Amino acid sequence: MTRAEPIQQREIDEILLRFRGVEGATLPVLHAIQGAVGFIPESAVPAIAAFLNRTRAEIHGVISFYHDFRYEPAGRHVVKLCRAEACQAMGGERLADIVKRDLALEFDETSGDGAVSLESVYCLGLCACAPAAMVDGRLVGRLDEEGAGALVREVRS
Amino acid sequence: MTTRVFVATADAGALSVGAEAVADTIGAEAAARSQDVTIVSTGSRGLYWLEPMVEIEAPDGGRRAYGPLTPKDIPGLFDAGWLAVGTAGQESGLALGPTEEIPFLKQQSRFTFARCGIVDPASLDDYRAHGGLKGLTAAVDMTAEAIVQAVTDSGLRGRGGAGFPTGIKWRTVLQTSADRKYIVANADEGDSGTFADRMLMEGDPFVLIEGMAIAGLAVEATHGYIYLRSEYPHAIARMNHAIGTARAAGVLGTDVLGSGRAFDIDVRVGAGSYVCGEETALLESLEGHRGQVRPKPPLPAHEGLFGRPTVINNVVTLASVPFVLAEGPQAYADVGFGRSRGTIPIQLAGNVRHGGLFEAAFGMTLGTLIDDVGGGTLSGRPVRAVQVGGPLGPYFPRSLFDTPFDYEAFAASDGLIGHGGIVVFDDTVDLAHQARFAMEFCAIESCGKCTPCRIGSTRGVELVDRITANRTTGNRSTDHSDRMSDITLLEDLCETMKYGSLCALGGFAPYPVMSALTHFPEDFGASRERSTAAE
Repeated sequence: MTRAEPIQQREIDEILLRFRGVEGATLPVLHAIQGAVGFIPESAVPAIAAFLNRTRAEIHGVISFYHDFRYEPAGRHVVKLCRAEACQAMGGERLADIVKRDLALEFDETSGDGAVSLESVYCLGLCACAPAAMVDGRLVGRLDEEGAGALVREVRS
Repeated sequence: MTTRVFVATADAGALSVGAEAVADTIGAEAAARSQDVTIVSTGSRGLYWLEPMVEIEAPDGGRRAYGPLTPKDIPGLFDAGWLAVGTAGQESGLALGPTEEIPFLKQQSRFTFARCGIVDPASLDDYRAHGGLKGLTAAVDMTAEAIVQAVTDSGLRGRGGAGFPTGIKWRTVLQTSADRKYIVANADEGDSGTFADRMLMEGDPFVLIEGMAIAGLAVEATHGYIYLRSEYPHAIARMNHAIGTARAAGVLGTDVLGSGRAFDIDVRVGAGSYVCGEETALLESLEGHRGQVRPKPPLPAHEGLFGRPTVINNVVTLASVPFVLAEGPQAYADVGFGRSRGTIPIQLAGNVRHGGLFEAAFGMTLGTLIDDVGGGTLSGRPVRAVQVGGPLGPYFPRSLFDTPFDYEAFAASDGLIGHGGIVVFDDTVDLAHQARFAMEFCAIESCGKCTPCRIGSTRGVELVDRITANRTTGNRSTDHSDRMSDITLLEDLCETMKYGSLCALGGFAPYPVMSALTHFPEDFGASRERSTAAE
């Protein structure tokens, strides 16, 4: 699962170079690293801190503050279910229970085999097509029980 | 002659219900039948219950709508000759007639969303052909002061929630001298039930660029940022593409439309934090810190991004400015209600039959919007509660449905308009559960800077849990008095959060809680008489 350290380090150094001279580069840097590696390797924090002229504690503070950033890789499939009010009004919580049960996962958990991560998201802006989900970046609106079942089968296959 | 067919494949909402597959099928069927069709990818008109909606351009330039479609409807529509015959698909109920005649659309006054769903959002030429850049072209020939005056005269107020007069904010930035100034578009539209910013950025991205460029000229700022939430990947792609196009065409860059003045824009992607929609937290986040709220003063207009004077406005606010400059401030100020001038894009969401975006002048009543425009619930059950203004907005019962959509009228009913989102719930909703969720959401999203929000929200969840435990089965007498004292405690906690929190997250989380308690006490195991007896 974890990738070879030296390759990672070189990749990260290359990413950092791209952001030279960019003001307030912390979030863009972290997004770029997570986009390339899949997560933020803790071993990269000192290099990020040095590049941004910040302390390691500050960088850790930023990474741990935002829901998007992760120190561990996500599952090969990521299922995000919207849990906000508009989706609740259309029975989203009942669907969330079904998906949880069928994937045998709690929210913010990744399955033991690394296949699936289940995450909550608070609003995908699809509130007029609720309930909504995002599966590996693909948007699913008007989710119903049948759709939830298909979604689980898709990520479990 | 080629027939133009419009599908909202640029819109995340339409995509989520299968617009891409419908577009692909149309392409394949047309090719198989050797019919000359050009499929134009547009944003959504905002009639989401009809998405995926397809529009066929008639010879006179008008459009006929069909929807909601699935790929299997397409061959039949071709068989019926939908490219040529206006009546095709009528027997199946899929033909909706001329798009502009659909009542939901016909009742609207589209100022800000005039082009959304109509133009190809990837084409600057199309934007220009539909009146785009008229506002910026006018602004280029005006002094900074004159632009600010026009925005002031229009009566435009911030559409992000607070309703602060935009002209006053801009004037403050213009009058503050600095080596650099910034324009920041708050595109961190995190409120549930709101999607106007998303629709606009996907369906008409140039209008935001134009509005920001006008703001730049107005306050003498040379750089702008769009802080766009990561939950909107399609909007991010659209905005980045449009910025590149605008730069190549000289709309952005060192010489904006040949004015000799510079203005450029970058998109910055958020990282899943709701509180970053709060302007000072957003600025901290843009600077690369944790998105924690800053105390005000100093106001961002004096010391904003990187300590420089900064205009920070919501997407819809900035996108409303091109209309003001193009048509004149009076044209904008002429519509509206009381001190709420112009139009507001209202977003109908949740359990509603006709969910979508409805841009109208201020002043329609909440009941008209939900019952007439929205058509009541999708489930067909009675409407029990509506939440207006996002997760920090109150729950209104039917008795408040005569409230006009207006900043002052809503405030008078302990409500807020927020970003114009309305979430409809039918009679299966449990308001105590919704109150608990409001506190839980606040606890999850609190930035942690101030105690009332950080600690109060967690204690709030515990209190609601205690109140609702054994709501119906508990020992009537002792249980009841415990519950009443817990309800009093919850009300106290809400007061503390409301007045003691540093920003709107902790300060407004009590609104959904208190409104649930006031209007739906029975869901907490309290009687309807309780609130009057306590006073």
